[in-house]
Amino acid sequence: MESPLTDDPPVLEARGVTKRFAGVTALDNVNFELRAGESLALMGENGAGKSTLIKVLTGVYQPDEGEIRLGGAVVTFARPLDAQKAGVSTIYQEVNLVPLMSVAQNIYIGREPRTRLGLIDFKRMYADARALLDTYGIDVDVRRPLRSLALGVQQMVALARAVSINAKVVIMDEPTSSLEAREVETLFSVIGLLRQQGIAIVYVSHRMDEIYRVCDRATVLRDGKVVHVGALDALPRMELVSLMLGRTIESSDRGGVTAFGSDNTSDAPPVLVAEDLSRRHQIDGIDITIKPGEVVGLGGLLGSGRSETLKAMAGVMQLDRGSVQIDGKTVRSGSVPAAIRAGIVMLPEDRKAEGIVPGLSVRDNIVLAALPRLSKAGFSSRRNQDAVVDVFMKRLHIKASGPDQIVSELSGGNQQKVMIARWLAMSPKVLLLDEPTRGIDVGAKAEVQALIDELAGEGLAIVLVSSEVEEVVEGSGRVIVLRDGEVETVLTGAQVDEEHLLAALAGDAGEAAEDPRTHDAQTDADAPTSVTDSRGERA
Amino acid sequence: MTILESEAGPATARQIGRERIAAIVQSYGAAIVLVILLVFGSIAFPTFLSVSNFTNIATQSSFLMIIAVGMTFVILTGGIDLSVGSVYALGGVLAAYGSAWGLFGAFALPLVVCGLIGVLQGALVAYGKMAPFIVTLAGLLGVRGLVLAVTDGGSATPLIADRAVVFLGQGDVLGLRLPVFFALAAVVIGSILLSRSRGGQAVLAVGGSESAATLMGLPVARVTFTVYVISGLCAGLAGTLNAAYSSSGVPTVGVGLELSAISAVVIGGTLLSGGRGNLIGTLAGVLLLTVIQNLINQVGSLTSSVQAVVSGTFLAIVVIIQTVLSRTQRL
Repeated sequence: MESPLTDDPPVLEARGVTKRFAGVTALDNVNFELRAGESLALMGENGAGKSTLIKVLTGVYQPDEGEIRLGGAVVTFARPLDAQKAGVSTIYQEVNLVPLMSVAQNIYIGREPRTRLGLIDFKRMYADARALLDTYGIDVDVRRPLRSLALGVQQMVALARAVSINAKVVIMDEPTSSLEAREVETLFSVIGLLRQQGIAIVYVSHRMDEIYRVCDRATVLRDGKVVHVGALDALPRMELVSLMLGRTIESSDRGGVTAFGSDNTSDAPPVLVAEDLSRRHQIDGIDITIKPGEVVGLGGLLGSGRSETLKAMAGVMQLDRGSVQIDGKTVRSGSVPAAIRAGIVMLPEDRKAEGIVPGLSVRDNIVLAALPRLSKAGFSSRRNQDAVVDVFMKRLHIKASGPDQIVSELSGGNQQKVMIARWLAMSPKVLLLDEPTRGIDVGAKAEVQALIDELAGEGLAIVLVSSEVEEVVEGSGRVIVLRDGEVETVLTGAQVDEEHLLAALAGDAGEAAEDPRTHDAQTDADAPTSVTDSRGERA
Repeated sequence: MTILESEAGPATARQIGRERIAAIVQSYGAAIVLVILLVFGSIAFPTFLSVSNFTNIATQSSFLMIIAVGMTFVILTGGIDLSVGSVYALGGVLAAYGSAWGLFGAFALPLVVCGLIGVLQGALVAYGKMAPFIVTLAGLLGVRGLVLAVTDGGSATPLIADRAVVFLGQGDVLGLRLPVFFALAAVVIGSILLSRSRGGQAVLAVGGSESAATLMGLPVARVTFTVYVISGLCAGLAGTLNAAYSSSGVPTVGVGLELSAISAVVIGGTLLSGGRGNLIGTLAGVLLLTVIQNLINQVGSLTSSVQAVVSGTFLAIVVIIQTVLSRTQRL
C-alpha cells in the first residue's frame, strides 16, 4: 500500500492557503499535498478546518491567500463544476444525487450520450451505466429511480458518477457514516480499484479503524493549521488523537486548568437509568446510570454519538430501542415534554440555534420553559415571573442591565447562564450539558464550570459533554467514553485522567497498557453500523 | 462483493411495488378521471356527445394548454409563475396592436414583450435569488397595470383587421381550430425537450434537488432563468392566439387564469415541489378542467356560484388524492 515516491509533482496541492470568514481564520497558511494513487486521511476535530479545506480544493470557496495546484500547474476553480472538469470530484456525507431520477440519469446528467438529432440516447445511456457499475461489482437496474435503492448503493452510484468524469482525485467526506458494514466493505474494495487506476483518494472519517485500514498517510488539522503530515504506519492512534485534540500525553497532570472542584459521590440509588439507547446509524446499545450529585462525563470524538446520546435522553431524538428511567419510572421516549416532566432537561450544543430566543428579554428567556407551571388558566402574572427571574439572576450572577435587557445583547457566557437558569427554573433532577463552555470567554467559562460543581453539590445529576479533554476529566467523577456510537469504556476513580481518556478515544487498547478496563474485543474492525435491519432503504 | 437489489427484504419489495403503483396512478390519474367523466357525460347528457361539443372543448382548452406547458416547466423546477394570466392579457392586446403591421407584427410584438417579462422575472428569481411567488405576484399586478395603461384604463379593445391573423385564430383544419394545433405542437415539442434533451433533464434535476444539481455541476441559475422565459413566451403566445380567435385584444381576459394553469399542472401529476411530472399529465389536467366546466354547463340550471362550488370541490378531491399518493411514495 506504499504510495509510489516519484519525482512527479503531486496530483493535487495547496500552498499557503489561508481562508477567513468575517474575521475568523478558518484556514491558516495550509500546505496540503496529495500524490497519485495514494489514500490520504484528512483528520481534525470540529472546527479544525477540514470542510473548509475541502471546499477550497473543490471550488466551493476561493482561498484568500495561497494557491491550488493540479499536477503542478496553478489552477483556479471558480465553481465546483470547474473542479469536476479538472478531475477533482467529491462524494459527500449525504448522497448528493437527485432521488427522483434514475440511476443512469444520475450518473450521466449534464453529459448524456446523444443521438445524431441531439436527443438523449437512453439506450446507450443505460448500457453505459450498466457497464460502468459492473466494473465495480454493483448489480442494479439502472432505470430504477435512485431513491428506491439502499443508501449504500446510492453512495456507490455517486462514486461511479464521480469516477466516470475522468476523476484524478476523489474526495470522500464521511462516506461510511450511513452505510451498513457490508456496504462499507464494498466501498473499500472500490477504493482499492480506484487506486489501482492511479486515482488519489482524500478520505475524511472519524472512524479510526477505517482510517488505519484504508489510508497510507494522514494530514492532521487543528484550529485551521496543519499540525502533522506523515505516514500512518509511524503514527500510533493515541498520538493521532492527541494531535487532533491538541493535548500531549505529558501534560496530563490533574487539576488546576479548570474551575472544577471536588467530586460528589453518594450511595444514593441512581436517579437516572438509561438502558440500551439505540438509534440506527447513530448510537447503539448505550447504558448510562447516574446518581444524584454525580457528574458523569461523556467522552468521545466528533461523530461518536455524544450529542445523540444526550438528545435521546432528553426526548429530542426518537429511539429505535432502549429506555430511560427516572427514579425507577420509565419516561416516554421521543417526547421532550415527557422528559421535562420527569425532570430531564438539556442545554443544547448550539446555543444560538437551539437555545436562546435572541429577540426576547432575559426574563422571557428564563421563564420560557417554566411558563406552563407559572400560569393559571393560561395567564401568568408578571410578579410570579419576576420572583423566579430575580432568584436566578442573582444566583447565577447573570450580568445584565436588568430582566428587560434583550438577551442577544449579553455576552456568550451570560447567555449560557440564562439558558441554565431557564432549566433550573424547572427544578430538574438531571441536567444534560452539551458543550456548556463552548464559545464563551475564559472568565465566564470558569464561572459556568464552578456552577456545574455547585449544582452537583446540591444533588443535581449532571451529564457533561465537552470536546475539551481537561474539562471532561476535571469536571466528571466518571467518564463514559463513546466511540462509533457505542460505549468504548468507562473510566472511574483514578482512571479519570487525560492519558486514559486519550487512549480510550483512540480506541487503542495496546497504548493504554496499564489500563485493565480497555478490552481487546472492541479493537477489531467490526464497524458499528452492523445494525440488524434488513430493510435496505434510506434512514 | 456484489450488492444485489434482491437483498432488500420482502417488506421493501412490497413497499416499492406500492410506491410504483402510486406513481403510475399519480401520473395517469388525470387521464383516468377524464375518461370516466367523458363516458359519464356521454351517457347523462345527449348534447354532450357531439362533434361540435368536442371541438369546442378542444378550442377552449387550447389557450390554457399553451400556458400550462410553460407552467409545467416552471413548477418542475420547484418554482411558480403567477404572472401568466396578466401576461396572457397583455399578449392579446399587443397582438391586436401589432396586427397593424400584419402577421409578423401580430406575433413579434407580443412575443418579444412577454418574453422580456419572462427574462426580467427569471433574472430576479434565478440570479437575484428572490422568491418566485413574490416576483411573479409583482408580475401579476404590474403587467395587469401595463395592460390597462395601453388600453386607456381597460376601456379600449383594439380590434384585429388583418385576415391572416384572424385565420390563425379561427381557421379550421380537419374540423379543428388552428389554436388546437398550436397547443398540440406545444405539448409535443415540450415533451421532447423535457424527456429527451439535456436541458429538460436539467429542469428535472433542479426541481428534484437543487443542491445536488449544483454539486453535479449543472447550470442551476440558467435553467431556472430559462423556464420563466419559456413561461412568459407561452403565456404571450396563448394571448396572441386568443386575440386572433376573438379578432380583438380584450384587456380583461385572463384574470385568475394562473390558478387554472397551476391546477391543471398539479392535477396532471406534476409535484408542486418539482422534480417529477410530464406534459401528457398536464394535457389531461387541462382537458379535465374544461370538461368539468362543460358538464356543469350541460346541467344548465346551475348558477355560477354553484358551478364554482362544484369545480372547487372537485379540485379539492383531486388534490387530496394526489397528496395521499405522494405520501404513499414518501416523497
